[in-house]
Amino acid sequence: MLITAPKPMRLSEKGTGSMLKRFAITAAAALSLSGAALAAGSEAHVHDVDFSFEGPFGTYDQFQLQRGLQVYTEVCSACHGLRYVPLRTLSDEAGPGIPEDQVRAYAANLDIFDPELDDTRPRTPADHFPMSGLSNAPDLSMMAKARAGFHGPYGLGINQFLKGTGGPEYIVSLLTGYTGEEIEMAGSTFYENKAFPGGMIAMAPPLSDGAVEYADGHDNSAHHMAEDVAAFLMWAAEPKMMARKQSGFIAVIFLTVLSVLLYLTNKKLWAPHKGKKTA
Amino acid sequence: MSGIPHDHYEPKTGGQRWLHSRLPILGLAYDTLMIPTPKNLNWMWIWGIVLAFCLGLQIITGIVLVMHYTPHVDLAFASVEHIMRNVNGGHMLRYIHSNGASLFFFAVYLHIFRGLYYGSYKAPREVTWIIGMVIYLAMMGTAFMGYVLPWGQMSFWGATVITGLFGAIPFIGESIQTWLLGGPAVDNATLNRFFSLHYLLPFVIAALVAVHIWAFHTTGNNNPTGVEVRRTSKADAAKDTLPFWPYFVIKDLFALALVLLVFFAIVGFMPNYLGHPDNYIEANPLATPAHIVPEWYFLPFYAILRAFTSDVWVVMFASWITGGIIDAKFFGVLAMFGAIAVMFVVPWLDTSSVRSGRYRPMFKAWFWLLAVDFVVLMWCGAMPAEPPYSTISLIGSTYWFAYFLVILPILGVIEKPLPAPATIEEDFNAHYGSKAHAAE
Repeated sequence: MLITAPKPMRLSEKGTGSMLKRFAITAAAALSLSGAALAAGSEAHVHDVDFSFEGPFGTYDQFQLQRGLQVYTEVCSACHGLRYVPLRTLSDEAGPGIPEDQVRAYAANLDIFDPELDDTRPRTPADHFPMSGLSNAPDLSMMAKARAGFHGPYGLGINQFLKGTGGPEYIVSLLTGYTGEEIEMAGSTFYENKAFPGGMIAMAPPLSDGAVEYADGHDNSAHHMAEDVAAFLMWAAEPKMMARKQSGFIAVIFLTVLSVLLYLTNKKLWAPHKGKKTA
Repeated sequence: MSGIPHDHYEPKTGGQRWLHSRLPILGLAYDTLMIPTPKNLNWMWIWGIVLAFCLGLQIITGIVLVMHYTPHVDLAFASVEHIMRNVNGGHMLRYIHSNGASLFFFAVYLHIFRGLYYGSYKAPREVTWIIGMVIYLAMMGTAFMGYVLPWGQMSFWGATVITGLFGAIPFIGESIQTWLLGGPAVDNATLNRFFSLHYLLPFVIAALVAVHIWAFHTTGNNNPTGVEVRRTSKADAAKDTLPFWPYFVIKDLFALALVLLVFFAIVGFMPNYLGHPDNYIEANPLATPAHIVPEWYFLPFYAILRAFTSDVWVVMFASWITGGIIDAKFFGVLAMFGAIAVMFVVPWLDTSSVRSGRYRPMFKAWFWLLAVDFVVLMWCGAMPAEPPYSTISLIGSTYWFAYFLVILPILGVIEKPLPAPATIEEDFNAHYGSKAHAAE
């Protein structure tokens, strides 16, 4: 793996105080694209994870994104693509922050068919990640936003408001939700999974303890790897999250000041017309 | 312009006189901005400005988004991701635009319910009200077509379901549906025409807004008492009103700043809260989502659409009397459009001679029940069409129609209204105390 010691994070403020926790939706249903889902309806089990990027102050943990990229590269990418993610964004400071020469080397490991050359060539940072190699393996570019882990209660959206939509939590729960049961059906094997809607998934358990040897020596239990790759996929889905939150703060602060000024202006303007009970 | 006596524009300099005798545009601007406005307007009268701001916001962000968007079934979804990832500030533009639609509808619902409570639809403001309803319909069309453009799963299946409603029209439905879609199913032709109309309709709305403002500037604003401004003399009118500029402009801007404070917190910190995760999956005609749910602002009417199933007696009766021409699906479509149609004619359904709900003790209770009903229907629209939600939807839909068609006409006859203040000035002074010195 090309990722060496991660650069120290420049982005300060780690995800601490989460007043509101991330985003959400009203009704929800994680749907399956392939024939993977055999049944629907049963409420899937998704547990909350305290990610660094949650809440208005939350930021991506650059080390975690780099570990997540390593898990994606060594495990997920065998079947799943990231077709909407440009490789060059791996060096984004608000993302994994991998040095550009390493991104070039990473890209060069991936071939792409170039219609102009009528041949394959190594990718460059200007290219995107490849598409899924397996036809029924969904693309993971927006997976962390395209799934909802939390609902309700009763469609009221309160859980999503407090805990967030739960896309990354869904990914963690799915990757660690295998019970070990499997069944054969129409020549295919399906694996029982507590987080997957319907309970039976076509994907074999992808992670086992120690499957990936982290360059930074971080704990590589299956659960840690699942959290790392979920964080990486959240970044892949929402690469501008930190810029967005920053814009949000600037807007909120600016509008607070503006509101105060307009309030005072309005008060003063109307005062002569509202009978102050003066003499 | 408003029929309320007030000072009109007088060109002062030579240049102003020159322009005024050729095009009285400064006079128009002056009279519009300085219109005498009832000085007792409360905070529910701020939504008009919020709505005007929303329209401008949506048009400006929309025009820039179009510069990077590609209306083609193979490219639309990727072009939206291109906006989110590669266009400078593109993620903010798109999140502001998508959440801006929510703010637009949030404000329009408060604006409409304010009109329903204070009787703003009553004579002589029926035309203002009806134009407002046309604007609301145009907003729904625009929002619906805009939601199709990202070409996600909910875009595609939402378009399929909603255009399918037209297919429920007896005899000619299928032809109409094909005509709307530009083909047998939702496809590239559909996406392109929706894109074209999504760009066109906001400008139609802008024109309608101008007429809406023109209409209520002709009649003058309603106000919380429903009592008209005195028009007997300029001095009398001046006791009831203050000019729009600067009094109401500053007040409205203050309210707008507060609303935008919340709006930008949502855009910045939870921009996908009001969206549906399925729309981050590219449209796939071969995979139907488990639940097809419209955006939150359509949910009350979606609930009404689904409430009238074939086991409801009115549906069975309608089916029997028409020899099966009106089936449950078509009945639902009629109910949904009917729920909006009854709002169009509310000026003639409300028989009360008292305008403002403030002085109508019985009306108040029924009105608030309608507001709760609206929220309950919104909730039902998001839930699956099965018991108990289907039953709640049916009760809620029935009340919606009962309010407009039965309760409002009867209330005007049986209700004994409370005494309203004689003038706006009296109401204003009751709230704020009379001034020590007379103003004029």
